[in-house]
Amino acid sequence: MVPITTLHYLVVAAALFVLGVIGVLTRRNVVIVLMSIELILNAVNLNLVAFSRMWGNLHGQMFAIFIVVDAAAEAAAGLGILIAFFRNKETVNVDEIDLLKW
Amino acid sequence: MNPAINSGLNSALNSGMAPVATPWFFYALAGAAVVSGVFVITRRNAVHAALALIVTLLSVAGLYLMLYAPFVAGVQIIVYAGGIMVLFLFVIMLVNIERSSKERTFNRMWPVGLAAAGALMALFVSAFVKGRALFPDRMILLPESSNTQQIATLLYGEGGRMGQYTFAFEIASLLLLVAILGAVIMTKKKI
Repeated sequence: MVPITTLHYLVVAAALFVLGVIGVLTRRNVVIVLMSIELILNAVNLNLVAFSRMWGNLHGQMFAIFIVVDAAAEAAAGLGILIAFFRNKETVNVDEIDLLKW
Repeated sequence: MNPAINSGLNSALNSGMAPVATPWFFYALAGAAVVSGVFVITRRNAVHAALALIVTLLSVAGLYLMLYAPFVAGVQIIVYAGGIMVLFLFVIMLVNIERSSKERTFNRMWPVGLAAAGALMALFVSAFVKGRALFPDRMILLPESSNTQQIATLLYGEGGRMGQYTFAFEIASLLLLVAILGAVIMTKKKI
């Protein structure tokens, strides 16, 4: 059995990151686009914690905690915008959110 | 390296705290995370996607435990799976999903998005293959029992001195305050 190294964690994080990017670029539902952003942030967190173990200090874990704080703020603000938008236009589709499109 | 970490490391090594069966746990957790990640971006129903995302978050929390980061794993479960996902489910129930469940799931440009993501994956793979030397195979055994204490020392400082991240911690609280205010004000009907 191959021992688990940092590279294994990096591959998992890369897979989660790419899945999140696919979700952001292809889904039409704004809620799922926001969930895909959470996937991306989780992939970054996994990388940071894996590097924290590789170098043997806790700075990576500190960064991961700050990113969790940031994700909470982002989710709250994004979902607030979404509710305000839904009240005005009765839709959650990205394709129909084109007020600023020329 | 921090001497406290070093001594904890040595004591962990001396007490013979060897990880048990980690490859199987790793593959199970990683597989669960990636498979439910696929469900998140393919399910038509937003509630199903949210439930799949919870499975992903819990699997990633398990991976944090395997990386000797119990505090981050706890924060992940409490803040992500407990807080943010409840927020998501609330919003899914506030906006109607009947209409979007009858429409197309993906937008018209999905081949372009898929191609861009494939290019990104190729970039990652080439970086991992070419930069193999940057990621050495060593895995340092971090002290697990004093993890939370050391994080607290970094965050709050000790002996009356500010910690390395105390200022960033205060800024983060300000960020959360602004986000809460913004969410409340944007959600109000009349300001």
